Amino acid sequence: MEYRDYYQILGVERSAAQDEIKRAYRKLARKYHPDVSKEDDAEDRFKEVNEAYEVLKDPEKRAAYDQLGKNWNSGQDFNPPPDWDQGFEFHGGGYTEADPEAFSDFFESLFGRGGFTQGGFNREGFQRGGQQFHGQGQNTHARIAIDIEDSYAGSKRQITLKHSELGPDGRPVLKERKLNVTIPKGVTEGQQIRLAGQGEPGMGEGKAGDLFLEIVFNAHPRYSVEGKTVYLDLPVAPWEAALGGKVEVQTPDGAVNLTLPANSKSGGKLRLKGRGLPAKEPGDLYVVLDIVTPAANTDAERAAYGEFRDAFTFDPRGSAGRA
Amino acid sequence: MSSEIESTAVILDENSQLTLRELCIACALSAEQVMALMEEGVIEPHRATDPMKFSGVCVRRVRRVVHLERDLGVNHAGAALALELLEEIEQLRARIRRLERR
Repeated sequence: MEYRDYYQILGVERSAAQDEIKRAYRKLARKYHPDVSKEDDAEDRFKEVNEAYEVLKDPEKRAAYDQLGKNWNSGQDFNPPPDWDQGFEFHGGGYTEADPEAFSDFFESLFGRGGFTQGGFNREGFQRGGQQFHGQGQNTHARIAIDIEDSYAGSKRQITLKHSELGPDGRPVLKERKLNVTIPKGVTEGQQIRLAGQGEPGMGEGKAGDLFLEIVFNAHPRYSVEGKTVYLDLPVAPWEAALGGKVEVQTPDGAVNLTLPANSKSGGKLRLKGRGLPAKEPGDLYVVLDIVTPAANTDAERAAYGEFRDAFTFDPRGSAGRA
Repeated sequence: MSSEIESTAVILDENSQLTLRELCIACALSAEQVMALMEEGVIEPHRATDPMKFSGVCVRRVRRVVHLERDLGVNHAGAALALELLEEIEQLRARIRRLERR
């Protein structure tokens, strides 16, 4: 197990006052909050910061942590000394807000697991049936990355979920389970899908919670999505744009024959109504024209560009060029 | 130990109709807490008369607001503002991604 330097994580001195710790935590929490930050490791950093604050905000836990001494380095192999927590009791101290599942082994070895005694029941809906306690299982939330094409056709995905269950001896054990998910047509980025009964198991005869998956699209070199509207970049040759004509376009929905109007401009959009993401009111698909000019490498190509130049009275920097 | 289970997902979007109870369970909040967010304008029911019906988008909005409040110490109004700004940033980022590709 690795030692964690909670002071270093929050970027404060070991002598920092409580309000200083709080300030440092708030700042980092804003920076790395998974809903706010776009940094890749935001979620891990956020968990780390929360864990550090969980310990340092509580004078009791902080004193116990300080007692380990300051000669440890982050990442150094660590085992808690026997009876290290003598004289400390971490009863009411507060696993109330943070998600205890997210804490490290290092934290657990020092302060134990908070989750099963306090975390769950006050937050999830539960009901009492007669004498026996039946609690609905917790909902679980995760993210799933799919391709844009998956949303057009619907798709099947296998996901692996880790969750803890109470074993026969009453201690939590980590279990893995594979779930084949049918992702419905028309999902879009930021939307959630719900899988009924696939969250944490309930207590007693309580129902299992639900699993919520937030959809993220994998980046695609040619397609992008805003809501239900899909944009597709279509490279065209200058003569195609100028003369117009039929072009075959590969859309996420299959090939489409598109009629390019004469004198199309680069960046111009052609709308294919209802060919965006499917829904009751499907989105539109915009084909965005991108005029690509070929390089002139051979004599013949250079001559062709020369003829081109001579045939036009065209100044791209004049008013006609911008029109 | 692992086992395989089949499950079909349901989209939570503008067309979903959640009851107040379903929304509370999905967000792990009490009805009072959800109503407080309604008063703040974080969510609006499709149907304001009993039984109230909510769009599926509300689940994500409520959860984000609750997380922002819990993690950043902001109040309802602050979290609601942050939520709106975040949604705008998301749209802008999607647009930038599209424009930068060209």
